[in-house]
Amino acid sequence: MLDYLLSFLILTGAIFTFIGSLGLARLRDFYTRLHGPTKATTLGVGSLLIASAVFFSTRGEGISLHEVLVTLFLFITAPVSAHLLSKAALHLRLKSLAALPEEAVQKNIGD
Amino acid sequence: MHRLLPHPILAPALAGIWLLLANSLAPGQIVLGLLLGWAIPFFTLRFWPEAVRIYKPLTLLRFTAMVLLDIVRANFTVARLILGNPQRLRPAFVIVPLELRSELAISLLANTICLTPGTVSALLAPDNKSLLVHALNTTDPDALAATIKQRYETPLKEVFEPC
Repeated sequence: MLDYLLSFLILTGAIFTFIGSLGLARLRDFYTRLHGPTKATTLGVGSLLIASAVFFSTRGEGISLHEVLVTLFLFITAPVSAHLLSKAALHLRLKSLAALPEEAVQKNIGD
Repeated sequence: MHRLLPHPILAPALAGIWLLLANSLAPGQIVLGLLLGWAIPFFTLRFWPEAVRIYKPLTLLRFTAMVLLDIVRANFTVARLILGNPQRLRPAFVIVPLELRSELAISLLANTICLTPGTVSALLAPDNKSLLVHALNTTDPDALAATIKQRYETPLKEVFEPC
């Protein structure tokens, strides 16, 4: 029973991580590509970590909670890197499918 | 009190993180964790100029639960959009005017926006008055900005800023 649960979690994790990476290839500009890795992967990595926590906690060597920390740091760092990447892209005026909000960019970057 | 314990909330949080890292609840580890939680804020005082105050802990709990649910939903939404036809996506930049003034609350809001359905925060105005958000697929940017304000900004404002 436990094996099925673990396999289910690992498969879900693998599928979502794969879809996130697929987004990099399928989407068409830098800004939309950012969405794949920042989101589809949180659930992907999340279920892999839950699987890991369950696996190591049920081996009779005490509860394993390192995974909670990994999740915490992941949820803190993933959005920050996405934010900085898109900020850098705005500075470089990368080609975008959506109309760039010229006024806001001008005022806020001011170069 | 203020001098001896500059960050009453950061200290137990750091202690908790230490216990998770050590993966044990031995008394020695608890003491060490509390000691670290007390000492580290002194070295990072310049990074956290103001002590964090939580005015409504219950609202914070409800907010966290809601964001976790939204993260799961966001994953399905984005997965569907990626697997669908990329030609049909309607990406857009949306400017969200901010009412939040606390820096921690603004960074939490930007973080939340990145984790929730179809949006990435892209640029914070230097005066902290508006946030530029990139949406993966939207037909109504104004409605999106209104949703972000009402769903995420209002609870954060209640939690971190006195009414």
